[in-house]
Amino acid sequence: MIPLSNYLIVAAILFSLSIAGIFINRKNIIILLMSIELMLLAVNLNFIAFSHYLGDSAGQVFVFFILTVAAAEAAIGLAILIVLFRKRHSINVDDVSDMKG
Amino acid sequence: MLRSLSCNGVVMTNSFTIPDFVLASPEIFLLSMACLVLVADLFISEKNRVLTYVLAQLSLLGTLILTIYVAPAEATYTFSGTYVSDPMGTLLKTAIYFITASVFLYSRSYLMDRDIFKGEYYVLGLFGVLGMMIMVSAHNFLTIYLGLELLSLSLYAMVAFHKESMQASEAAMKYFILGAIASGMLLYGMSMFYGATGTLDLGELATAIQGKESNDIVLIFGLVFVIVGLAFKLGAVPFHMWVPDVYHGAPTSVTMFISSAPKIAGFALFMRLLAEGMADMHAGWQDMLVILSVLSLAVGNIIALAQTNLKRMLAYSTISHVGFILLGILAGTTDGYSASMFYIITYAATAMAAFALIIILSKRGSEADELDNLKGLSKRSPWIAFMMLLLMFSMTGVPPTVGFYAKLLVLQAIVNIDMVWLAIVAVGFSVIGAFYYLRVIKMMFFDEADSVEPLEVSAEMNVMFSANSLAVLFVGLFPGALMAVCIAALA
Repeated sequence: MIPLSNYLIVAAILFSLSIAGIFINRKNIIILLMSIELMLLAVNLNFIAFSHYLGDSAGQVFVFFILTVAAAEAAIGLAILIVLFRKRHSINVDDVSDMKG
Repeated sequence: MLRSLSCNGVVMTNSFTIPDFVLASPEIFLLSMACLVLVADLFISEKNRVLTYVLAQLSLLGTLILTIYVAPAEATYTFSGTYVSDPMGTLLKTAIYFITASVFLYSRSYLMDRDIFKGEYYVLGLFGVLGMMIMVSAHNFLTIYLGLELLSLSLYAMVAFHKESMQASEAAMKYFILGAIASGMLLYGMSMFYGATGTLDLGELATAIQGKESNDIVLIFGLVFVIVGLAFKLGAVPFHMWVPDVYHGAPTSVTMFISSAPKIAGFALFMRLLAEGMADMHAGWQDMLVILSVLSLAVGNIIALAQTNLKRMLAYSTISHVGFILLGILAGTTDGYSASMFYIITYAATAMAAFALIIILSKRGSEADELDNLKGLSKRSPWIAFMMLLLMFSMTGVPPTVGFYAKLLVLQAIVNIDMVWLAIVAVGFSVIGAFYYLRVIKMMFFDEADSVEPLEVSAEMNVMFSANSLAVLFVGLFPGALMAVCIAALA
């Protein structure tokens, strides 16, 4: 049987990748949205692993809720992206940052 | 180590009991009303749009009456312990309704002038309020997350609501991305707590933490992520990057909403998670909150000095006030919590009025959000300028306004736990902060105006703004009643 720690390490790596994806990425907003999804999936992996090892189903129920909310979140994110693209004709991260100070 | 947890992990044997729907009836009512407003708005013609507004206000009124009517005298749990109704929740919810109703009232003329007087604004606002109510009444990681997301998703959409505005869409994108990171962090922290204790319920969590060593590495690891997530949502330094941009870019009516009611819900989140669920880890989160609050006070007050835009200045001012609110929470005593609660409620009302001034000054097609727009306001409208003076005094903490009393209570709570140095730091940065608040007053009363035409204010706005500002003075003169309510709510 695969020990719990392996799952946690994979989840931590995915989580770090998504954070890095958000902060290092200077190109495309779509990649930001993908990173956000990856982050939530890393959390889901954590919850499922814990849930299995604890023999408690509440964690898996939580995952269903996270998946649903993530879908709603992606919908709103893409909607905002469309508004942004209509005004700016670009989805480059650097092009959409005017406000400073 | 983690493997051993699976042995003593509790297996729930759930026998289904009918939950007590009456306790949650305010939420159920508001949900139905929000859906009703959404559908009704489709059938309301453009010129009768004001009906949507009236319906939204009536929904809030109904929810208020229901909340007070069904409020239990002590904490009562329902929905398998995921939902709690207690005096603290009742008080915070009541404050949220009043603030939201005022925001709706203030924003009506603003939205009309910009041709964005649409039903969506009110529907999203109501769903945001529903999210806040769920956050306030949450007693389980799952309900906390759902309430938080319902609020956040509504706010993202509200910021992007003015589609013609270049800045609004940029602000919405920034808010969305940083908000999503915050949710991710919070969830990651929650998953760690779940792994270490095997429960999502805050009550069971508190019991499980008691049975553990105080330096349990998994718990501390989870705590860091939870606090980062909460700090992001409340806008504490170093997780404040979104605050100035969102405040600046969003339509002023939305900025007004974001800066007031959600802060109260954010405070409730801190109370539920840290003070109730993780009370036994107080030493751990106290240190983290000290760092957050000192940084917030420093960065908020100092960067605000350099702002020329009123909305950005108020954004940094919010950050510094968040520092004060965290001070009360980190004290970890009932005094501290009630002081913070008093602070957040009065601050929400003050901040809302300050943004209302921008709405009053703005005209169709122009946004009066630069500090220069305030020049010579006393000549254009002495009364409005005087009201703004009260608000700025309150934010600075000048007696007899309420801001003074709120700061005093928080500092008292901090001194009582022997952290005098922290109180001195807070006062020091408040003095720095006084400069930019008083600069606003100087501009209004002593600078020459670009135009001397008298300011036209609709009667409705004038009455509301005056009542709001005078309340800031009045509660400052007689803080006893509100303070007593805050203390009773936590007793």
